[in-house]
Amino acid sequence: MAARVARDIPEGAYVNLGIGLPTLVANHLPADKDIFLHSENGMLGMGPAPRAGAEDPDLTNAGKQPVTLLTGGAFFHHADSFAMIRGRHLDICVLGAFQVSVTGDLANWHAGEPDAIPAVGGAMDLAVGAKQVFVMMEHVTKKGERKIVDACSYPLTGRRCVSRIYTDLAVLDVTPAGLAVRELVDGLSLEELARCTPLEVRS
Amino acid sequence: MVSKVVESAAAAVDDIDDGATIMIGGFGTAGLPSALVDAVIDQGARDLTIVSNNAGNGETGLAALLKTKRVRRIICSYPRQTDSYVFDALYRSGEIELEVVPQGNLVERIRAAGAGIGAFYTPTAAGTMLAAGRESRTFAGREFVLEYPIHADVALVKAHKGDRWGNLVYRKTARNFGPVMATAARCTIAQVDEIVDLGALDPESIVTPGIFVSRVVEA
Repeated sequence: MAARVARDIPEGAYVNLGIGLPTLVANHLPADKDIFLHSENGMLGMGPAPRAGAEDPDLTNAGKQPVTLLTGGAFFHHADSFAMIRGRHLDICVLGAFQVSVTGDLANWHAGEPDAIPAVGGAMDLAVGAKQVFVMMEHVTKKGERKIVDACSYPLTGRRCVSRIYTDLAVLDVTPAGLAVRELVDGLSLEELARCTPLEVRS
Repeated sequence: MVSKVVESAAAAVDDIDDGATIMIGGFGTAGLPSALVDAVIDQGARDLTIVSNNAGNGETGLAALLKTKRVRRIICSYPRQTDSYVFDALYRSGEIELEVVPQGNLVERIRAAGAGIGAFYTPTAAGTMLAAGRESRTFAGREFVLEYPIHADVALVKAHKGDRWGNLVYRKTARNFGPVMATAARCTIAQVDEIVDLGALDPESIVTPGIFVSRVVEA
């Protein structure tokens, strides 16, 4: 999935990779192309993890793991970082999700349990601010429940904000007429996908 | 001659009152002014409201402060971590109040306070449960939610170098909330790795001009 997402990131793009699965996309970006990774905690030009022993506790990513800075990178404070996010300066943001609706609503910060400790971070800002939001997630849960739904049942992160969904089964675009299947994984038919995805065309 | 240099972290935090609202810089442990936090623990002020991105992890720093049970309320964007067990236990037993704020709103509310802005509208959280009960307006066909500034009595920030006029530079991603919080408190206290002579910091590169800073302590 990470490799497939990376193929759709063009050279020159300013990109934020959300914590969790989306961070794997960085491992598949072509080494010979300039792609600018933004980290919400105040860095542009984020590089790969340092070699063991070279970690700097002052140089971490949004998941608080050690990283490096590429030549040409920059540091800035949090108000500037979120101006980049909210002010629509990021081309692409890749986020994980619990659910995505057919209209592009995103639920990825709260799993709905009544006694859960709420924690949101930068997810809601990224959802409204990035020019394109790509969701990267498993197509169904471990229990086989659909994650692409007619309407999200989990608390929303953002409304009508997702542009494209990458799963282990397919790549789908969110369009005004419903979900458009861009690609199916090898060996999967459209009929099989339709059994676990709301693919009806809306008028 | 003005010198904002204070001799110790203990001296720097000595006059923090019970009931104070304290902003604490840092993203996780990066940029956390741990010597100042430890000094607040020793100083004993209680009934505190803390404004910070996280709510501490492990047993040190913010977690140690929360463990004293002298924090009544925390305003933060991401309290939950794999090792945030001190916060988790206090929250579940009702011993600490939590206001969860989207991270961009948190920093912009702090920025607004420091910049003298009375209130502002942001698209973040529109249509979600974190906008429940909040006023919203539509501008250019898009919904924006009304948010208010967060002011503080004290801001504790970690910087890399400071001088006696309070000018500060930071280090890498330890910068994060520090420069913004520094503007928004009545008393900003900076913990720095090194106090340098006046003029050692390049005026073109100063990130926090000393006007925002009250006290500087090397720790």
